Amino acid sequence: MNDILLDVRDLTLDRGEKRILDRVSLTLAKGETLALVGESGAGKSTIAIALMGLLGRSATTSGTARFDDQPDLLSLSERGWAALRGRKLAMVFQDAGAALNPSFTVGRQLASVLRRQLGLSKFEARSRAVALMESVGINDAEGRMTAYPHQLSGGMQQRVMVAIALACNPDLLFADEPTSALDVTIQAQIIRLILEQTRARGASCIFVLHDLALASQSCDRIVVLYAGQVMEAGPTEVVLRDPRHPYTRLLQSCVIEIGTEDLTPPEGSVPPYDQMPAGCRFSTRCPRADARCAAERPPLQPVAGRDLACWHPEDAA
Amino acid sequence: MTPLFELREVEKTFEIRRKGKKLGLRALDGVRLTITQGASIALVGESGSGKSTLLRVLLGLTPPTEGVALYQGRPIAQVRAENREFARNVAMVYQDARGSLNPRMTVEALITEPLRHFGICTAAQAPARVRALLARVGLAPEVAGRFPSEMSGGQVRRVAIARALASEPTVLVADEAVSGLDVSSQAQLLNLLRRLQAEMGLTLIFITHDLGVASYLCAEIAIMYLGRIVETGPTRAVLDAPAHPYARALRKAAPEFFAPLAEPLTGEIPSPIDLPPGCRFSGRCAYAQADCRLTDPALLRLNDHRAAACLHPLTQSFANV
Ligand SMILES: Nc1ncnc2c1ncn2[C@@H]1O[C@H](COP(=O)(O)OP(=O)(O)OP(=O)(O)O)[C@@H](O)[C@H]1O
Ligand SMILES: Nc1ncnc2c1ncn2[C@@H]1O[C@H](COP(=O)(O)OP(=O)(O)O)[C@@H](O)[C@H]1O
Ligand code: SF4
Ligand code: SF4
Ligand SMILES: [Mg+2]
Ligand SMILES: [Mg+2]
Repeated sequence: MNDILLDVRDLTLDRGEKRILDRVSLTLAKGETLALVGESGAGKSTIAIALMGLLGRSATTSGTARFDDQPDLLSLSERGWAALRGRKLAMVFQDAGAALNPSFTVGRQLASVLRRQLGLSKFEARSRAVALMESVGINDAEGRMTAYPHQLSGGMQQRVMVAIALACNPDLLFADEPTSALDVTIQAQIIRLILEQTRARGASCIFVLHDLALASQSCDRIVVLYAGQVMEAGPTEVVLRDPRHPYTRLLQSCVIEIGTEDLTPPEGSVPPYDQMPAGCRFSTRCPRADARCAAERPPLQPVAGRDLACWHPEDAA
Repeated sequence: MTPLFELREVEKTFEIRRKGKKLGLRALDGVRLTITQGASIALVGESGSGKSTLLRVLLGLTPPTEGVALYQGRPIAQVRAENREFARNVAMVYQDARGSLNPRMTVEALITEPLRHFGICTAAQAPARVRALLARVGLAPEVAGRFPSEMSGGQVRRVAIARALASEPTVLVADEAVSGLDVSSQAQLLNLLRRLQAEMGLTLIFITHDLGVASYLCAEIAIMYLGRIVETGPTRAVLDAPAHPYARALRKAAPEFFAPLAEPLTGEIPSPIDLPPGCRFSGRCAYAQADCRLTDPALLRLNDHRAAACLHPLTQSFANV
């Protein structure tokens, strides 16, 4: 456990009456890539936002998040955050079009990050910006500096976002569904780009992904979330080749690949947050649930090479 | 037999302004497509490749600038203008289902509207009809009293489909109807569409960029690149052995469990206001030869079922189809 970069313990987050995250724990080693997966509303983006210090005042948290030499991100002051955010931790958002400012050229936006975060002169920032744009595969970077976001395709905008996020060589990059708005050929380009660039810097990366196949191709480890609780977590190979949690099995049964003949998706959906069972939140839909499941939360504990939170795990596949 | 839809050399040019100058943006260029009654066809391609514009042409909402667009052998725009039958027969589910539904109307009112508009049933029969339609898309009768804001994304899409089915259409046109949904709601919705196709013999025209979804739902596929259909044919045959290099790149880029990440396509998609000479894919094509930069390939038959717009189709892999 020497090379741990991020160690989140029992992160709980409430918005009013709603417990959005319920004792989420996860760890990430230096240089590792992690996939957060789970259905819409599971809390994937909320985890990323909490760990970037971008929560509004309406949310209250408990638990700890040790990051590098910081004992706890969750109790940092705004000043403490200013020194970390954008420098040691950075984020690529799902919708680059919305995250970029439409009224400034992309070159100016990139250069201003460099000036602000690294204190570079105007001239230095400009040439660094051109170099960064080139490194993320933008042709004619010099000419593209003066382009406004709307003049670039979705894929190009996302490259600019990656360049901005990497500008200060962060130790940890969050990529929240960086390619959901893009099609598959461009998706492959952007995921590769993020992996190459983080690897080259020895940085770690947390991807929020919807696509399990893509997670298996790009991430060392995976965390499966359901309604704010971690269900199963471990090496991607172990978890996805032989899932032992009923919810991970459910997710897998819905995967459509080229040539899939029949799908038998379970009916039902996630209950509202104010009607969650006290125990395992999956118990309202789980085929293996019994009375104990609904009443008592199963602890996350090691089972067959991964961590599992379930009273009645599935047998080996 | 007259096909249901036939597009011949369809071109759609939008006039746009760039720095004060008027320019033509060719959103569709040389599109050839035949859709028979009862077919299910997936339209696939990068964003901006012209999929939505093509749908609008099929719906008669956008007249082509060049070429012919026919419905049962007659110009679509003319058929649409003449009578309400066309709008009744050809129903649409929009990309943004929530945005396409009036937030101030209940589900009941939303579905009653087309029933009344097309004179499908009497006012007294409407409530029962609404409930039958809800059942058909797997929604409980209680949902009738709710507003769209009180429902999940998957439920809202179901309401949009129920509303589209209200006019008893023979053709259902859907723009990205399942993207962005949870995997379980997506799978439920795909099974619903499959069932409707089997039970009602619906013709299904379905835009998606998920090749798995295309192969699950649609017997045929049409792959678009920069305004042109570059390959068509039976979905499985095309995806197993693509003939067009872009179709091949698309196939290779689809995520696959535990496979190495795809080698990305090189280069960028050209701008539709500044198409390269010759083949529009030549700048990025690994198989390009000298003639590719001179001749613009049209969509041509490869065999009885398949066609590709390429001067050098990947026939090697094609032989074992
Ligand atoms: N600012 C907010 N105020 C109130 N509730 C919120 C806010 N942001 C998120 N939530 C709620 O928190 C829960 C988790 O949301 P989150 O965005 O983290 O989900 P997600 O896993 O990222 O989902 P998706 O896959 O749809 O992006 C949801 O129930 C959501 O409605
Ligand atoms: N009303 C319009 N005016 C000008 N350009 C348009 C208009 N509608 C679409 N386009 C352009 O036509 C091309 C094809 O667009 P579209 O059919 O929406 O593609 P897709 O649905 O495949 O993403 C794009 O370059 C788009 O910007
Ligand atoms: S704890 Fe019980 S309800 Fe939860 S996943 Fe396991 S068996 Fe199902
Ligand atoms: S015509 Fe030439 S450039 Fe175009 S797709 Fe075929 S081989 Fe490639
Ligand atoms: Mg999210
Ligand atoms: Mg579109």
